[in-house]
Amino acid sequence: MATAYDIATKHAEPEQDSSVPVVAVENVYKSFDGHKVLNGVTLRVGKGETLAVLGRSGTGKSVLLRLIIGLEKPDSGSVCIHGQDLAGLGLDRMGEIRKKMGFLFQSAALYDSLSVQDNVAFPLEHHRRDMPKSERAGRVRQLLAEVGLDGDIDKMPSDISGGMQKRVGLARALALEPEILLLDEPTAGLDPISSAEIDELILKLQRERQMASIVVTHDLHSARTIAGRLALLNEGDVVIEGTFEDLQQSDISFVKEFLKQS
Amino acid sequence: MSDRGFTPVASLNPSLPVGRTEPLSSVAGYAAKLFNGFFEWFGSLGIFSWRVLQAAVTPPFEWRELIRQLDEVGSKSLPLVAMAGSAIGVILSLEARYSLSRFGAKSMFPATLVYSVIQVMGPVITGLVVSGRVGAGMGAELASMKVTEQIDAIEASAINPYRLLAATRILACILMLPLLTIATDAFALLTGWSAQAMVEPLSFHQFIANGFNGSTFSAFLPQTFKTTVYGLIIGLIACFQGMRTRGGAAGVGRAATNSVVLASLFLILADVVLVKFILVFFP
Repeated sequence: MATAYDIATKHAEPEQDSSVPVVAVENVYKSFDGHKVLNGVTLRVGKGETLAVLGRSGTGKSVLLRLIIGLEKPDSGSVCIHGQDLAGLGLDRMGEIRKKMGFLFQSAALYDSLSVQDNVAFPLEHHRRDMPKSERAGRVRQLLAEVGLDGDIDKMPSDISGGMQKRVGLARALALEPEILLLDEPTAGLDPISSAEIDELILKLQRERQMASIVVTHDLHSARTIAGRLALLNEGDVVIEGTFEDLQQSDISFVKEFLKQS
Repeated sequence: MSDRGFTPVASLNPSLPVGRTEPLSSVAGYAAKLFNGFFEWFGSLGIFSWRVLQAAVTPPFEWRELIRQLDEVGSKSLPLVAMAGSAIGVILSLEARYSLSRFGAKSMFPATLVYSVIQVMGPVITGLVVSGRVGAGMGAELASMKVTEQIDAIEASAINPYRLLAATRILACILMLPLLTIATDAFALLTGWSAQAMVEPLSFHQFIANGFNGSTFSAFLPQTFKTTVYGLIIGLIACFQGMRTRGGAAGVGRAATNSVVLASLFLILADVVLVKFILVFFP
């Protein structure tokens, strides 16, 4: 049942043009200390769509996600969220846009001085200050139950496994009910069973929430399971973008090699 | 401060020194590198200070984090400054008694101790002790958060890390340093008097009355409240060094060391200016 808070916040959201991609990365270049990482990348993701970004290590996949959420700035090109270019935005407007995004870091990046439940409550405490404490606690429990960790709410991040940390990170990313979900290597370093569980969880969330998702991964199997569209990056640029079948039918030698080795 | 709107914390990262792996072609090249590094550091510190100031004066205010930091900087530093103050009191008492006896000025003992502690030793010792404890702690904590992407996670959650992490810590240092200085002074005077009273009978009431005889609050207030500047220096440098860290565990170690060394150095340099300032404006 929707609470008065849910109704109030839903009504406060502006209308969005459905023809405009939720995330649009246009001809983006990015270098670090003279080393070119992204070399004219263009990608678009619509509502309810999942794009998996694949590629070798160091090809700028994570940098791409950091650009989308504004943790880095492009040297040139543009990153637009709902048609709004992030360049030139003030901190307040950028904050409003970031509230619509959930980011799962490769390392989970949990706050190590806070318990599991406090990690998930952290965004709510700062952005839903008017939310009653009991309602906030209920929301945290619900999020942790969704990721299968409702029995570990009082544990510290150092006391749980890597897979569990990723789940907590995912619950934290979902706390503000984002429209865009950015996942950086959600299954990296996990055993096959944990990886499959995370994939299943992401699929379930996509079905229920219809978010635009970008998943950066090395794991072709995982990418094929959770994403409708795949983009393969090499030397900072998109080599091919399409379905898994499109990749399989490609004549590009790098694509063939990548599929063969995966 | 940016020509393109919001400024991510990642933009604070120091650029890796160009040519670190190349042999230095000349002494002039080395000097130029040092010169560039010096100005780059101060430029980055200026930008960081501006961002923290902007964040500190605009809502929402992070009251809960501020209270946590006040406890962290204040009450948790109290035992340390109490011990340092006590030791300084005894040392000054021993030295003053010996020196004053040589010149037949033993009656000046209370005033000498009071002025030495409140005007000189108390503020500086407090600043250096807090710089060691708090500066290293803050520098290492923030650096560790930086290298484990926790600061990025805060930023990605649409929370301003300059407000949550830096402004609260710097403000806590500014507010707590004068209070800790008063505590240092009190412990130093108490132990200084005790050390003297063990040798010669001297009541505490008489010690205080003689020590503060003819002096006004204005003689001591500027010396105590100048430590707000020490607090600013300690908090600012520790947060700056922590939040611009790169390079894993080694980077965390460097940030902690640099925080203490630079904060202590700038604190002493600032004292030179502050003492002159106080002498001019509060003669």
